[in-house]
Amino acid sequence: MVTDMKQNNKITKGFWIKLVSAPILMFVFAVFIMPPIYDVFCEITGFNGTTGRVEAEQQYEVEEERKVEVSFFAMTMPGFPVQFGPKVNSMQVVPGKFYTTSYIAKNNTDKEVIGQAIPSVAPTDAALYFKKLECFCFNRQVFKPHEEIEMSLRFVVEPEMDERIKDVSLSYNFFKLES
Amino acid sequence: MTTATATSHDDHHHGPEKGIMRWVKTTNHKDIGTLYLWFAFAMLLVGGAMAMGIRMELLQPGMQVMDPHFFNQLTTMHGLIMVFGAIMPAMVGLGNWLIPMMVGAPDMALPRMNNWSFWILPFAGGILMSTFFMDGGAPAFGWTFYAPLSTTFAPDSTDFFIFAVHLLGFSSIMGAINIIATVINMRAPEMKLMDMPLFVWTWLITSFLLIGAMPVLAGAVTMMLTDRNFGTAFFDATGGGDPVMFQHIFWFFGHPEVYIMILPAFGIISHIIPTFSRKPLFGYSSMVYATASIAFLSYIVWAHHMFLTGMPVAGELYFMYATMMIAVPTGVKVFNWVSTMWKGSMTFETPMLWALSFVILFTIGGFSGLMLGIAPADIQYHDTYFVVAHFHYVLVTGALWAIIAATLYWLPKWTGKMYNESLAKVHFWWAVISVNVLFFPQHFLGLAGMPRRIPDYSLQFADFNLISSLGGFAFGASFILLAYIVVDCIRNGKPVDARPWDGAKGLEWTLSAKADYHTFNTPPSRELIENESQHS
Ligand code: HEM
Ligand SMILES: [Cu+2]
Repeated sequence: MVTDMKQNNKITKGFWIKLVSAPILMFVFAVFIMPPIYDVFCEITGFNGTTGRVEAEQQYEVEEERKVEVSFFAMTMPGFPVQFGPKVNSMQVVPGKFYTTSYIAKNNTDKEVIGQAIPSVAPTDAALYFKKLECFCFNRQVFKPHEEIEMSLRFVVEPEMDERIKDVSLSYNFFKLES
Repeated sequence: MTTATATSHDDHHHGPEKGIMRWVKTTNHKDIGTLYLWFAFAMLLVGGAMAMGIRMELLQPGMQVMDPHFFNQLTTMHGLIMVFGAIMPAMVGLGNWLIPMMVGAPDMALPRMNNWSFWILPFAGGILMSTFFMDGGAPAFGWTFYAPLSTTFAPDSTDFFIFAVHLLGFSSIMGAINIIATVINMRAPEMKLMDMPLFVWTWLITSFLLIGAMPVLAGAVTMMLTDRNFGTAFFDATGGGDPVMFQHIFWFFGHPEVYIMILPAFGIISHIIPTFSRKPLFGYSSMVYATASIAFLSYIVWAHHMFLTGMPVAGELYFMYATMMIAVPTGVKVFNWVSTMWKGSMTFETPMLWALSFVILFTIGGFSGLMLGIAPADIQYHDTYFVVAHFHYVLVTGALWAIIAATLYWLPKWTGKMYNESLAKVHFWWAVISVNVLFFPQHFLGLAGMPRRIPDYSLQFADFNLISSLGGFAFGASFILLAYIVVDCIRNGKPVDARPWDGAKGLEWTLSAKADYHTFNTPPSRELIENESQHS
């Protein structure tokens, strides 16, 4: 139709490209850019209780009198057939010093189970300063049938954490992996 | 341009084709506008029927009418249908009808695409509705479809829901592209941007919101789709994803979305109030800038829906202050409407009554929004009926009110006939009273702690729920009268003059009483544009 032609002529190629590429770019932004940004954001800010990681034992300035109570929690997703809990429920720690503790898990089934623990620290403002040197949550865990394993964790609460925070809780949630 | 148009039409020239194929094949903006509006009205009735079911179950404490799972399906589908099936298509329909006439263009810039963007809708709606008959039922996870409820724990029918949302997204994006192209390219050469009527301005800005927000929604449902079927883990903590991220992405779409529904309404009200006050719109340019700043701000406040997800205090503060800031441009608009009426020679024809009650009732919704935006207070209000009251005041007595006002205001131009004014007044008072009986008590229920999205509640909430349900039935019934008024106008309305409203300004009123099938084949002159400007 001539009508269409006239109108299409009026829309320049450059304008078309802009009109069509804007929504495509927004889609790409949502699917491929937003999630990685979100992950980086959580790591930097400790948002959502994302805990940090240190590669080697560092020296911190230690104030021996300052104490923080760290409590340990454990959860499993519905249908995850492993009994899972902390070895000790809580510890008094001095910020800046490294501590080791562990969690115990027992596979109650006749099958091999593979799982992944996801950590979370509360309150959020503490998450940034809760650093782990080693943790069973860095890797997926394989549980042989009826096996009980002890999984360790070495962590530090950095002294830069707000003095007003006296209690920190660390919780793990175990998810099932298919392979 | 003029010469091109003179020779440009084939047999469509003198009017539409006959029969059903007219509607299937049409590329005429007026036909497509009509299709959109009737589709929206049908969906309004479907969504309204679901709301009647919801209010029936909530009439009394205890479970009487349906099982909880079906109740959840109804609330979910009610929200989806009203947002994507009723309000948005109605606004697009109004845009189709009015924008070309208001900018002095012969049609939309991309008429074929216009046809597709409408005809996608019934299919999307059909797919969405068909989930009711599938195993596991329709979506029951709320119109916000938070993961993992909508990924790990949802029935297979969810994949159809995802496909429907994709289609709806396509339709809206095409509609938005079309409107931008029309306003930028097809506008009468003599019309500068700051000559454009506010409905055109608000729709232009809304189109940019659509182009920015709908792809994000499409992205969210695509990630759901791959999480559900293709082993990705965007929202699954096991694979390193995060369900909270779903909420961020959803609301990054969701908050602009609420402004997509309300900005065109602001435009409509900015036409009606000057007409019946017989004064130019007060503060035209501030209206334009306020609309633009609302649109901008709407992208940076999304997490006010997420105050309870455990954000750091800094985040809560930021989103709280940013949210409060939206009240400033919104306030500018309300003051401009009020100032327009100030010392005007006001009359109260029905479109004006709708517009006036819009100003009052929408503002109530804005105030409850401000209350919800206070992060520490939202800890109490979140997920209660207070939120339900808030968004129904802004969406029903805001967006829907403007749609009804616009329908009555421009119906004479669409049909060349006048609706029955006294019936319309009856309908107005019926609706405006019942809607308040329906939604006002929900503020009290929410403040007292009644959670939203539940089929049963404790006894202390019984009285207000009873009142609310009765108001709901009355409000629902009022739409039958509205349908009658519109059909009666089309069939038996008295013929009107080209400018049926005394104080009305705008290019559309310079056309014949019933706008011709093709209008503005020659663009309007500078003089005409200036004479018909609604602002000084
Ligand atoms: C002054 C302007 C506004 C402010 C400050 C505001 C603030 C808020 C806040 C803080 C919430 C979250 C409440 C909660 O879940 O706890 C909310 C919810 C909502 N608002 Fe608004 N709002 C405003 C205007 C609007 C407008 C104009 C619309 C639509 C036309 C709208 C639609 C909604 C909807 C649909 C929800 C509920 C979403 C859900 O299902 O959870 N709001 N608003
Ligand atoms: Cu919002």
